[in-house]
Formats: sequence, C-alpha cells, structure tokens
Amino acid sequence: MKTETFSYLPPLTREQVAAQIQYILNRGYIPGIEYIDRPGPTTHYWSMWKLPLFAARSVEDVLAELEACRAANPGCYVKLNGYDPIKQGQIVSFVVHHP
Amino acid sequence: MDSNALFDAGVREYREKGYYNPAYTPKETDILCAFRLTPSPGVAPEEAAAAVAAESSTGTWTTVWSDLLTNIEKYQAKCYRVESVPGQEGQYLAYVAYDLDLFEEGSMANLTSSIVGNVFGFKAVRALRLEDMRIPLAYLKTFQGPPHGIQIERDKLDKYGRPLLGGTMKPKLGLSAKNYGRVVYECLRGGLDFTKDDENIGSQPFMRWRDRFLFTMEAVKKAEAETGERKGHYLNVTAPSMEEIYRRAEFARDLGSPIIMVDFLTVGFSAQTSLSRWCRDNGVLLHCHRAMHAVIDRQKNHGIHWRVLAKWCRMVGGDHVHNGTVVGKLEGDRAATIGSADLLREDFVPADPGRGIYFDQPWGSLAGMLPVASGGIHVWHMPDLVALFGDDVVLQFGGGTLGHPWGNAAGATANRVALEACVLARNEGRDLLAQGTEVLTAAARWSPELRAAMETWQSVRFDHEGVDTLDPVGGGKGDRP
Repeated sequence: MKTETFSYLPPLTREQVAAQIQYILNRGYIPGIEYIDRPGPTTHYWSMWKLPLFAARSVEDVLAELEACRAANPGCYVKLNGYDPIKQGQIVSFVVHHP
Repeated sequence: MDSNALFDAGVREYREKGYYNPAYTPKETDILCAFRLTPSPGVAPEEAAAAVAAESSTGTWTTVWSDLLTNIEKYQAKCYRVESVPGQEGQYLAYVAYDLDLFEEGSMANLTSSIVGNVFGFKAVRALRLEDMRIPLAYLKTFQGPPHGIQIERDKLDKYGRPLLGGTMKPKLGLSAKNYGRVVYECLRGGLDFTKDDENIGSQPFMRWRDRFLFTMEAVKKAEAETGERKGHYLNVTAPSMEEIYRRAEFARDLGSPIIMVDFLTVGFSAQTSLSRWCRDNGVLLHCHRAMHAVIDRQKNHGIHWRVLAKWCRMVGGDHVHNGTVVGKLEGDRAATIGSADLLREDFVPADPGRGIYFDQPWGSLAGMLPVASGGIHVWHMPDLVALFGDDVVLQFGGGTLGHPWGNAAGATANRVALEACVLARNEGRDLLAQGTEVLTAAARWSPELRAAMETWQSVRFDHEGVDTLDPVGGGKGDRP
C-alpha cells in the first residue's frame, strides 16, 4: 500500500517532518492536517483535523497538531498538506503517519 | 503617371508601401512576431523584412487597384524594427506587428496560414525563422486553452509536491496487446504514475487499438488496486480521421481511462482543437506528443522555434506536452528549454533574451500545461531534472525504467525512490545541482533497486553538441520600436 509523495522512502523521522513543515511555512503555504482510516486511489476527501492551520507560525505548532490528530485517531493515516490560496490548491501533501 | 492609368500601377518596393515603418508603435492588441531573417543576396534587410510583413498580411508582388477600396494601413502588417544578429553575418531580427482583425477568433489554422504560410518560401529571403510570437490577451481569450490544467490534474490524481513520473513503453512497435499490457502493469505497480503509448502506435496489424485499450486499462486498474495510488496510461488516439479519433477517445473514456494522448502536430491544429474541447467536455486529460516538431524547429535559421509551437499548443489546448530534457538524448538548449517550459505553465512570462524570449507574454488565466521531459534520461539525471524544472513537470523514463537489470517494476521503483529522495532533499534546502550524487548515493544504501540502476547507467552521457543554440541577441523586449 502506497500513499503518494514520499511513500517510497523509509518512514520520515521527526526531524525530516520538521524540515518539510519549515519548507511549507517558508513558502507561505497554509498547513493543514487530514486523516482517514482507509485511503484509496479515488478518495479525494479525507477528514479534516480542525480547520487548516491558518495561525500556525512555527514548526512546533504544526508538529503538536499532527501528534494530537494521531493520538485522537488511532489506526488512521495522517496527512500534512501545504495549501496555496493563489493557485487554489495543495502544493505539498504527504502522509506523515501510517498506522 | 501615364495619363491613361487610373491608379499608380507597377511594382514598388515593399518598404515604400508602409510595410516597413520604424515609427510605428505596436498596439496592445497587435500580434507581434520576431523573425530571424536571412535576406537573399542583394536584398536590403529592411526590404526583406517589409516583404515578410507584406506577404504574411495584405500584400502581393504588385500594386492592385482594389487596395484603394480598403483601409490598407490598418490591415497591412508593419515591420517596426530590424536589428542584426550579433555573431551571425547576414542574419537579422525583424519585428513585425499584425492587427488583431487579420485573424479569425480561436482559429490556429487561420493564424498559422497567415504568419507561417507562403512567406517561408518567398524568394526575397534565403531563410526565415519565427523566433517568438506575442499573443495579445484579446486574441488569447478566444482560445479554450488546456482542457484541465496543472492544478486540476493534480487534484484529479491526488498527486502533489513532486514531478509526475512516466515511462514510454518499448519496443515502440511490435508487441501484442497482451504483452504490451504486461509491460504497462509492471511499470505502474513499481511506482510510475503514468505509462505511455509511443507516438507511432496507432492500430497496426500486430496490435489493434481496441485490444490495446482493453489490456492496458486492465493493467492500470490492477496497479491502482495494488498500490492504492492513481495510475494512468496515455492511450494514443491519433487516427486517420477525426471520426476515428473520437471513436477511440470515447472508448478510452468508457473504460475509465483518466488520460488519452495525441500527436498534436501530425493530426493538425484543427483536429487538436476539436479533441481538446472533447477532453474538457468529457473530463479526460490530454497528453500531447510533438512528433514532427524537429522538422519545423531544429534549424537555427529557418522554420519555427519550439517556443512558438509550445505557445500554440497551449492555446489550442492539451494538459501535457513534450518539451525537451536539457540532459538527455534529444536536442534542446538548457536555457531555451526552461524558457519554453515556463511559457507552457506560468501565467506571465517576461521577455528574457537569455532564454530566447523576445516578448512579455501574459496568459490571462489560460490554464497551464505540464511540460514533459522525455528521451534518454535515467536516474543519474534526476537531481538536475528536479532542480531545473521544479515540481510542475512530467519526467518520463522509458529506457531508464525498462532497461533496469531486474525488470520494469524495479526500474520504476528506482526512479520513484530517486525522485522522492531528491524532492525531500530540495525541500530541506539542499542544492541538488551540487549535491545530487550524494543524495542519490545515500538513498541507494537502503534501496537495492536504485543501487542497481545507478550501477547500470553510471557512464551513459549524451554530450553531442546541439544544433539549435541561442545567440546572444541584444535588444531585449521586442514590443518597443
């Protein structure tokens, strides 16, 4: 079972995830977290974890929300998005946690 | 004047008839062209440039009385600047402005019949090349453009934050439909996003189109089910007639194929325009192959530069088009190739002589196309490709997938691992052009597929010098007289 970008790499470490979050913040994208128990190739909508993190300013803010989402949804895949309101789309998206 | 003559008959130089007008200031709605001009011996560059303007608009070789029945000054094209090309004796750049009313709305056939029609065989010029064309917004907005565009494609396929990965199936010709589907399946399950028919796959005796469509779509569906990722195969619908193109496209749609493919130059601009519209109406992505382009765009002094063909392709519409690799086996100057990639995908591209772009080109929210880099590329090229093209590109490894010593699936995995390792490293702030080998080598420590691929293609380079290189043209922006 693969889950698109970075799913052919070994599971990302906390430091590696932090670097990707920094990339999202540096480029001014809006971080957002989604989760689902059973992803599929044509499932476009996962459940949103809260609203997109418009107010997130630091890597730690986002890491804390990822951890909270994971703890509240055991057995789920957890995905991090970076959203660009100008292009009206996700520019970054990868699964941070595989159950 | 002969007392019997009713108008000033005879042959006069084009430049005296207003076709060369250095005082003319181009209008925002004018179509502007930059031609590389090699006048025939004895013909002054201004006269040759005026002749080009005349023959691609209102003029003919002699004065005719019915010129006097219209506003010829409005309809005649005007060459407003001629400059010599540094380092190329006998070559000039001629900038020509065409009034918007000269062209039918939304008709690429009409635009090209005028501007690259008779004039390219004209005796006053020994050679002629259309280097760039500024399409005014007013005209651009009469074209549909890409059926979906980059962001919609990513949303449909759920693929973000990285280049897409494809591969062309080989051998190009000769496989049976069932064997062909096997090759497709192996590549897709190994990690490619797309596989592709080659440009010369139609419906030959060894593999009829319907059989190919059925077997490859079974392969696509099976790979999707096993990997959990969206997959696609570019089903080539290039066919003898428009009716047959539609028949094949409809069958692909009915089988659930997310994408079809066409050879946009060999089918012709009007067929391409129709198919592009069909794709938008039917929610099917359109991949465009550019077979025949090198006949038109390769020679430096004659023909049409690829950046112009690329603009035309975006206007009539497709979601992907082949654009060159900068590193592989096929022709393509690096700066010019990145320049044409940006013309395909950005909403505004500024004039930049360093990239061979002569005019600012606004796109007025016409969707962007994904440029496709394909031809002689393998895993060692991955860091350069990711660094140079960024995320919005399709990287296609044909031989670079199928030639893996352990087979297609391993070849696909090697490419996918290399791609993701490069994207991850780039996002971490590492310089792929400088540290690419390091990034790949680190990933190869845990990926045996990548390690085997790197050993196989370690010494493969394509270092022949290109034919179509950029000249250090001064000037700058072409829209000023």
